[in-house]
Amino acid sequence: MAQSYFSNTDNLKMGERSPLEKILDNGFKWFTFAFALSIGLILINIALIVIVAAFPGIREFNFGFFTNSNWNPVTDEYGVIAVVYGTIVSSLIALLIAMHLVVGAAVFLSEDFIPEQIRIVLVFLVELLAAIPSVVYGLWGIFVLIPITNVFGTWLHSNFGWFPLFSSEPAGAGMLPAGILLSIMILPIIIAISRDSLASLPPDLRQASLALGATRWETIFRVLIPSAISGIMGSVMLGLGRAMGETVAATMIIGNANRLSISILDPANTIASLMANQFSEATGLQISALMYAGLILMILTLIVNILAEYIVHKVKAKYE
Amino acid sequence: MFKRNNRLIRSLSILTFALSLTACGGGGGTTTTPEKTPEGGETSSLNVPFENTVSLTGAGASFPAPLYQNWFVALNQKVPKLQVNYQSVGSGAGVEQFTAGTIDFGASDTAMKDDEIAKVSKGFLMLPVTAGSIVFAYNLPGVEGLKLSRETYVEIALGKITKWNDPKIVADKPDLTLPDKPITFVHRSDGSGTTGVFTKHLASISEDWKKKVGEGKTVQWGPDGGKFLGGKGNEGVTATIMQNQGAIGYVEYGYAKNNKLTMAAIQNKAGQFIPPTDEAASETLANVELPENLRAFITDPEGEKSYPIVTYSWILAFPKYDDPHKAIAMEAMIQYALTEGQKVAPALGYVPLPANVVEKVAKVADQISPDFTIKVN
Repeated sequence: MAQSYFSNTDNLKMGERSPLEKILDNGFKWFTFAFALSIGLILINIALIVIVAAFPGIREFNFGFFTNSNWNPVTDEYGVIAVVYGTIVSSLIALLIAMHLVVGAAVFLSEDFIPEQIRIVLVFLVELLAAIPSVVYGLWGIFVLIPITNVFGTWLHSNFGWFPLFSSEPAGAGMLPAGILLSIMILPIIIAISRDSLASLPPDLRQASLALGATRWETIFRVLIPSAISGIMGSVMLGLGRAMGETVAATMIIGNANRLSISILDPANTIASLMANQFSEATGLQISALMYAGLILMILTLIVNILAEYIVHKVKAKYE
Repeated sequence: MFKRNNRLIRSLSILTFALSLTACGGGGGTTTTPEKTPEGGETSSLNVPFENTVSLTGAGASFPAPLYQNWFVALNQKVPKLQVNYQSVGSGAGVEQFTAGTIDFGASDTAMKDDEIAKVSKGFLMLPVTAGSIVFAYNLPGVEGLKLSRETYVEIALGKITKWNDPKIVADKPDLTLPDKPITFVHRSDGSGTTGVFTKHLASISEDWKKKVGEGKTVQWGPDGGKFLGGKGNEGVTATIMQNQGAIGYVEYGYAKNNKLTMAAIQNKAGQFIPPTDEAASETLANVELPENLRAFITDPEGEKSYPIVTYSWILAFPKYDDPHKAIAMEAMIQYALTEGQKVAPALGYVPLPANVVEKVAKVADQISPDFTIKVN
């Protein structure tokens, strides 16, 4: 399009570009192309390596891998249902908690409830959360979060023990503290993006809504959030991807039990944490099984991303 | 050859004196003759004939890593031209890298298996340089001096015994008041030599364990139910035990000692209840006869006073190095490990090697380089 535009303006006698400039222009184009391509190539390379390394495991276990709840390196018997359950449930808990916190926080931080100076400090603090190393989160989880969830979990178990999700006594580390910790870890990315998408809405929307007699609350919930929903959903999905792949903090707090248990008060394990734990000392078929599990994690993340695109697309269409 | 250097006067001043002597002597020539000190005693002074810095790279077991790091830093201070880098990547990865020949030495806390040995084309030496015991540490406020019989600790680890006031635990020491609390068993979540040694011991004393769990660096826990928590690394297990009342787990003695965890006395083959101490572990080592290749699996040691779960930790070295300087460096490093290194071991929670083992290891390691003689006393 740009080319045709310029060819139409030839008669305006704009300055001709020298051949050197053209070469430079072209060179720059290819240069950036190479960078863009290399990112894609890295991804493809990683995926290929994982698939190749997982191949013996795929051949050996096939789809039985998804239904077997054993992970036994002694007898070389592997299955991922327990860790897939752990990955999905811990991320969902994280998402459930984060989503509610986030909408509130993002709305607050993008509105002018408080003086801008204080708001800037708050925004900065939220973004600083993202800079904390995950091992520090893990330590905080062990020493602060677990004692709290222990009390909370005991209460849940004694009052709602009939409900399968709370059917066991808390054992300290487990799915619930892991989910809560993950939710805190994914907050900054979700809040940052959500706030940006709220803040970047055209001011006309707000003005029109207020002009029509809507209160501020009505404006926020009926106009602003629906308009920014694609950004908010997108950030939530990004957060979900991060929660599923989180390794160090999850390992430290989830209990690392490769046993399938429905209760979220029981120790569990995630795919990423299983791999981090066992990879260094794994041999033979165990390596392939771990790679196979890694492949499944990649596919899960891919599904989440596709889902995110789909949801954003749907919601956008509804409000446009 | 070692009898020659019997007199042991090893004060630091002598050492530094000997070092300064060799420093004056310049870098030329090899150093097979021991340095005479004015007092007439011979020290384990290290002098290497290098013009340039020689560095060795090693990788492997995480269990002896704190000790090795300590050694290699101290060694470098003593002999600045000798640099040893050690990566604690895990025994498995260490053996693998060593087999591939990408590192100068490996380290492993489970002795290499026969099929692993067959893979190393250049041949190799297994040199035990330190040892450690594995203990049952628990968190029950107010309960000290827990005793566990062989049957009891196997059943706790299996998840068969799930309450602290189980009659079997009470029977081992009736005067303890044990709470009516569930037992949480804490294990290593990462593959580790510690788990390997621990499960090997359990498999050797219990058929039930052998059938249901087996032995390995990673095993599937809790075949009989019960509550199990995995912690990553010795530090992870230690933290998990400290955080959970009613928890019991296995950790390296050093970690339990440094973190002041309460440890249980466990019953040995002779039927005695032995609390984990430096002496008990040394007793075990003294009861184990090391074969010529220095590979000994201690699964269930004999002896009245032996602590049952003790393991050697090995450095894997090639019998020949292409670079003669590297060969000398290896021998110098091993000499340091066998002499000065043993003295710092107890403070870090490791078990010093018995004197006869030190001599055996020195003899085997001495074949690495013709230009250096390892002196251990």
